[in-house]
Amino acid sequence: MITESLILSAFLFVLGTFGVLIRRNAIIMFLCIELQLNAVNLAFVALSRLWGIEGQVFVFFVMTVAAAEAAVGLAIIISIFRHYETVNVDNFNLLKW
Amino acid sequence: MIDILFYVLAAVAIGGAIGVVISKSPVASLLFMVVTLASLAGVFVLLEAHFLAAVQVIVYAGAIMVLFLFVIMLLNLGHDYVQDLKGGTFMVLAFAVIGVMAGFLTRQFRGAGVLDAMAAAGGQQIDASIQQYGAVGAIARPLFTTYVVPFEITGILLLVAIVGALVLAKRRVS
Repeated sequence: MITESLILSAFLFVLGTFGVLIRRNAIIMFLCIELQLNAVNLAFVALSRLWGIEGQVFVFFVMTVAAAEAAVGLAIIISIFRHYETVNVDNFNLLKW
Repeated sequence: MIDILFYVLAAVAIGGAIGVVISKSPVASLLFMVVTLASLAGVFVLLEAHFLAAVQVIVYAGAIMVLFLFVIMLLNLGHDYVQDLKGGTFMVLAFAVIGVMAGFLTRQFRGAGVLDAMAAAGGQQIDASIQQYGAVGAIARPLFTTYVVPFEITGILLLVAIVGALVLAKRRVS
Protein backbone atom coordinates (compact mmCIF):
# COMPACT_ATOMS: atom_id res chain seq x y z
CA MET A 1 0.00 0.00 0.00
CA ILE A 2 3.01 2.32 0.46
CA THR A 3 3.87 2.26 -3.24
CA GLU A 4 0.28 2.89 -4.23
CA SER A 5 0.07 5.79 -1.78
CA LEU A 6 3.19 7.36 -3.26
CA ILE A 7 1.78 6.97 -6.76
CA LEU A 8 -1.51 8.55 -5.64
CA SER A 9 0.48 11.36 -4.07
CA ALA A 10 2.40 11.88 -7.32
CA PHE A 11 -0.85 11.98 -9.29
CA LEU A 12 -2.37 14.55 -6.96
CA PHE A 13 0.77 16.68 -7.05
CA VAL A 14 0.84 16.66 -10.85
CA LEU A 15 -2.86 17.54 -11.00
CA GLY A 16 -2.25 20.41 -8.57
CA THR A 17 0.66 21.70 -10.66
CA PHE A 18 -1.49 21.44 -13.78
CA GLY A 19 -4.24 23.43 -12.09
CA VAL A 20 -1.85 26.16 -10.99
CA LEU A 21 -0.49 26.41 -14.51
CA ILE A 22 -3.72 26.49 -16.52
CA ARG A 23 -6.26 28.35 -14.37
CA ARG A 24 -6.58 32.12 -14.28
CA ASN A 25 -8.81 32.46 -11.23
CA ALA A 26 -6.52 33.33 -8.31
CA ILE A 27 -8.64 31.47 -5.75
CA ILE A 28 -8.62 28.25 -7.76
CA MET A 29 -4.85 28.55 -8.29
CA PHE A 30 -4.59 28.84 -4.52
CA LEU A 31 -6.83 25.80 -4.09
CA CYS A 32 -4.55 23.84 -6.40
CA ILE A 33 -1.56 24.82 -4.24
CA GLU A 34 -3.44 23.33 -1.29
CA LEU A 35 -3.88 20.20 -3.39
CA GLN A 36 -0.11 20.03 -3.87
CA LEU A 37 0.45 20.45 -0.13
CA ASN A 38 -1.95 17.58 0.49
CA ALA A 39 -0.13 15.37 -1.99
CA VAL A 40 3.10 16.03 -0.10
CA ASN A 41 1.32 15.26 3.19
CA LEU A 42 0.23 11.92 1.79
CA ALA A 43 3.80 11.13 0.76
CA PHE A 44 5.00 12.03 4.28
CA VAL A 45 2.40 9.80 5.93
CA ALA A 46 3.16 6.90 3.58
CA LEU A 47 6.90 7.17 4.18
CA SER A 48 6.39 7.46 7.93
CA ARG A 49 5.58 3.74 7.79
CA LEU A 50 9.18 3.23 6.73
CA TRP A 51 11.16 5.71 8.77
CA GLY A 52 9.20 6.29 11.94
CA ILE A 53 6.64 8.71 13.34
CA GLU A 54 8.63 11.86 12.43
CA GLY A 55 6.88 11.94 9.06
CA GLN A 56 3.54 12.44 10.79
CA VAL A 57 5.00 15.21 12.96
CA PHE A 58 6.09 16.97 9.77
CA VAL A 59 2.60 16.61 8.31
CA PHE A 60 1.34 18.38 11.41
CA PHE A 61 3.73 21.28 10.72
CA VAL A 62 2.80 21.37 7.03
CA MET A 63 -0.88 21.63 7.97
CA THR A 64 -0.18 24.52 10.33
CA VAL A 65 1.84 26.38 7.72
CA ALA A 66 -0.90 25.71 5.15
CA ALA A 67 -3.49 27.23 7.46
CA ALA A 68 -1.35 30.32 8.02
CA GLU A 69 -0.66 30.58 4.30
CA ALA A 70 -4.37 30.29 3.47
CA ALA A 71 -5.22 33.09 5.89
CA VAL A 72 -2.58 35.48 4.54
CA GLY A 73 -3.11 34.53 0.89
CA LEU A 74 -6.86 35.04 1.06
CA ALA A 75 -6.31 38.39 2.75
CA ILE A 76 -4.04 39.37 -0.15
CA ILE A 77 -6.69 38.20 -2.65
CA ILE A 78 -9.32 40.29 -0.86
CA SER A 79 -7.17 43.39 -0.92
CA ILE A 80 -6.30 42.82 -4.61
CA PHE A 81 -10.00 42.38 -5.39
CA ARG A 82 -10.75 45.64 -3.66
CA HIS A 83 -8.25 47.34 -5.94
CA TYR A 84 -8.95 45.70 -9.33
CA GLU A 85 -12.51 44.36 -8.85
CA THR A 86 -11.41 40.98 -10.24
CA VAL A 87 -9.42 37.91 -9.22
CA ASN A 88 -8.31 37.04 -12.75
CA VAL A 89 -4.50 36.88 -12.59
CA ASP A 90 -4.13 38.24 -16.14
CA ASN A 91 -5.10 41.63 -14.76
CA PHE A 92 -2.29 41.72 -12.21
CA ASN A 93 0.60 42.52 -14.52
CA LEU A 94 2.37 45.29 -12.66
CA LEU A 95 5.40 43.12 -11.87
CA LYS A 96 5.44 41.42 -15.27
CA TRP A 97 8.24 42.27 -17.69
CA MET B 1 -10.57 -5.70 1.75
CA ILE B 2 -8.30 -2.88 2.82
CA ASP B 3 -6.77 -2.81 -0.64
CA ILE B 4 -10.20 -2.44 -2.27
CA LEU B 5 -11.04 0.37 0.16
CA PHE B 6 -7.73 2.06 -0.68
CA TYR B 7 -8.37 1.88 -4.42
CA VAL B 8 -11.90 3.28 -4.01
CA LEU B 9 -10.61 6.17 -1.89
CA ALA B 10 -7.76 6.81 -4.32
CA ALA B 11 -10.18 6.90 -7.26
CA VAL B 12 -12.44 9.34 -5.42
CA ALA B 13 -9.44 11.51 -4.51
CA ILE B 14 -8.18 11.66 -8.09
CA GLY B 15 -11.68 12.30 -9.44
CA GLY B 16 -12.11 15.13 -6.94
CA ALA B 17 -8.74 16.59 -7.90
CA ILE B 18 -9.67 16.54 -11.59
CA GLY B 19 -12.94 18.24 -10.63
CA VAL B 20 -11.01 20.94 -8.78
CA VAL B 21 -8.89 21.65 -11.83
CA ILE B 22 -11.55 21.62 -14.54
CA SER B 23 -14.83 22.81 -12.99
CA LYS B 24 -15.86 26.30 -14.05
CA SER B 25 -17.57 27.50 -10.90
CA PRO B 26 -15.25 28.28 -7.95
CA VAL B 27 -17.81 26.89 -5.51
CA ALA B 28 -17.95 23.56 -7.38
CA SER B 29 -14.15 23.49 -7.38
CA LEU B 30 -14.17 23.98 -3.64
CA LEU B 31 -16.68 21.22 -3.02
CA PHE B 32 -14.63 18.83 -5.17
CA MET B 33 -11.64 19.79 -3.02
CA VAL B 34 -13.59 18.83 0.10
CA VAL B 35 -14.27 15.41 -1.48
CA THR B 36 -10.56 14.98 -2.19
CA LEU B 37 -9.60 15.99 1.35
CA ALA B 38 -12.15 13.63 2.91
CA SER B 39 -10.96 10.67 0.89
CA LEU B 40 -7.35 11.53 1.70
CA ALA B 41 -8.36 11.42 5.36
CA GLY B 42 -9.63 7.90 4.66
CA VAL B 43 -6.26 7.00 3.14
CA PHE B 44 -4.56 8.39 6.26
CA VAL B 45 -6.67 6.05 8.39
CA LEU B 46 -5.61 3.11 6.22
CA LEU B 47 -1.99 4.17 6.74
CA GLU B 48 -2.52 4.10 10.54
CA ALA B 49 -2.29 7.89 10.97
CA HIS B 50 -5.55 8.27 12.87
CA PHE B 51 -4.76 11.59 14.51
CA LEU B 52 -3.79 13.16 11.21
CA ALA B 53 -6.98 11.86 9.60
CA ALA B 54 -9.01 13.64 12.27
CA VAL B 55 -6.94 16.82 11.89
CA GLN B 56 -7.32 16.62 8.12
CA VAL B 57 -11.11 16.60 8.42
CA ILE B 58 -11.31 19.21 11.17
CA VAL B 59 -8.65 21.69 10.04
CA TYR B 60 -8.54 21.24 6.26
CA ALA B 61 -12.04 20.19 5.24
CA GLY B 62 -13.55 22.17 8.11
CA ALA B 63 -11.62 25.36 8.72
CA ILE B 64 -9.52 26.11 5.63
CA MET B 65 -12.18 25.17 3.08
CA VAL B 66 -14.79 27.24 4.94
CA LEU B 67 -12.34 30.16 4.82
CA PHE B 68 -12.06 29.74 1.04
CA LEU B 69 -15.83 29.47 0.67
CA PHE B 70 -16.24 32.55 2.83
CA VAL B 71 -13.92 34.56 0.58
CA ILE B 72 -15.67 33.32 -2.59
CA MET B 73 -19.05 34.30 -1.16
CA LEU B 74 -17.72 37.60 0.17
CA LEU B 75 -16.29 38.62 -3.20
CA ASN B 76 -19.42 37.25 -4.93
CA LEU B 77 -17.39 35.06 -7.28
CA GLY B 78 -19.86 32.16 -7.19
CA HIS B 79 -21.40 33.23 -10.48
CA ASP B 80 -18.09 33.35 -12.35
CA TYR B 81 -18.90 30.70 -14.92
CA VAL B 82 -16.64 32.09 -17.64
CA GLN B 83 -14.13 29.61 -18.98
CA ASP B 84 -10.87 30.77 -17.45
CA LEU B 85 -8.45 28.19 -18.74
CA LYS B 86 -5.33 29.63 -20.26
CA GLY B 87 -4.97 28.73 -23.91
CA GLY B 88 -2.44 28.40 -26.70
CA THR B 89 1.24 28.22 -25.91
CA PHE B 90 0.57 28.20 -22.19
CA MET B 91 -1.46 25.01 -22.48
CA VAL B 92 1.38 23.35 -24.41
CA LEU B 93 3.85 24.49 -21.78
CA ALA B 94 1.64 23.13 -18.99
CA PHE B 95 1.35 19.74 -20.69
CA ALA B 96 5.11 19.69 -21.23
CA VAL B 97 5.73 20.43 -17.55
CA ILE B 98 3.36 17.75 -16.28
CA GLY B 99 4.74 15.31 -18.85
CA VAL B 100 8.27 15.82 -17.57
CA MET B 101 7.10 15.59 -13.96
CA ALA B 102 5.11 12.41 -14.61
CA GLY B 103 8.11 10.94 -16.40
CA PHE B 104 10.42 11.62 -13.46
CA LEU B 105 7.87 10.27 -11.00
CA THR B 106 7.28 6.99 -12.84
CA ARG B 107 11.04 6.56 -13.18
CA GLN B 108 11.32 7.11 -9.44
CA PHE B 109 8.63 4.60 -8.53
CA ARG B 110 9.44 1.84 -11.00
CA GLY B 111 11.48 -0.24 -8.57
CA ALA B 112 9.34 0.65 -5.58
CA GLY B 113 8.02 -2.84 -4.75
CA VAL B 114 10.75 -3.18 -2.13
CA LEU B 115 9.17 -0.31 -0.20
CA ASP B 116 6.32 -2.49 1.04
CA ALA B 117 8.72 -5.01 2.56
CA MET B 118 10.58 -2.18 4.29
CA ALA B 119 7.28 -0.74 5.51
CA ALA B 120 6.26 -4.06 7.03
CA ALA B 121 9.41 -3.91 9.14
CA GLY B 122 9.34 -0.18 9.93
CA GLY B 123 5.59 -0.03 10.53
CA GLN B 124 5.84 -2.29 13.56
CA GLN B 125 7.68 0.43 15.44
CA ILE B 126 4.81 2.88 14.87
CA ASP B 127 2.20 0.25 15.70
CA ALA B 128 3.96 -0.50 18.99
CA SER B 129 4.11 3.22 19.77
CA ILE B 130 0.38 3.62 19.04
CA GLN B 131 -0.33 0.54 21.13
CA GLN B 132 1.60 1.98 24.06
CA TYR B 133 0.67 5.69 24.02
CA GLY B 134 -2.50 5.82 21.92
CA ALA B 135 -2.97 7.43 18.50
CA VAL B 136 -2.56 10.98 19.84
CA GLY B 137 0.21 10.17 22.31
CA ALA B 138 2.33 8.49 19.64
CA ILE B 139 2.54 11.74 17.67
CA ALA B 140 2.47 14.07 20.70
CA ARG B 141 5.54 12.45 22.27
CA PRO B 142 8.05 13.48 19.55
CA LEU B 143 6.16 16.74 19.01
CA PHE B 144 6.66 17.88 22.60
CA THR B 145 10.17 16.49 23.10
CA THR B 146 12.39 16.43 20.01
CA TYR B 147 10.40 18.96 17.99
CA VAL B 148 9.27 21.32 20.74
CA VAL B 149 11.21 24.32 19.34
CA PRO B 150 9.66 24.06 15.85
CA PHE B 151 6.31 23.59 17.57
CA GLU B 152 6.68 26.87 19.48
CA ILE B 153 7.87 28.63 16.33
CA THR B 154 4.72 27.38 14.61
CA GLY B 155 2.73 29.15 17.31
CA ILE B 156 4.57 32.40 16.53
CA LEU B 157 3.94 31.82 12.82
CA LEU B 158 0.20 31.53 13.44
CA LEU B 159 0.22 34.74 15.47
CA VAL B 160 2.09 36.56 12.69
CA ALA B 161 -0.36 35.16 10.13
CA ILE B 162 -3.34 36.43 12.10
CA VAL B 163 -1.85 39.91 12.45
CA GLY B 164 -0.76 39.96 8.81
CA ALA B 165 -4.16 38.87 7.52
CA LEU B 166 -5.85 41.55 9.62
CA VAL B 167 -3.50 44.27 8.40
CA LEU B 168 -3.86 43.21 4.75
CA ALA B 169 -7.61 42.78 4.66
CA LYS B 170 -8.57 45.75 6.81
CA ARG B 171 -10.27 48.57 4.96
CA ARG B 172 -8.17 51.70 5.33
CA VAL B 173 -10.11 54.56 6.82
CA SER B 174 -8.95 57.95 5.66
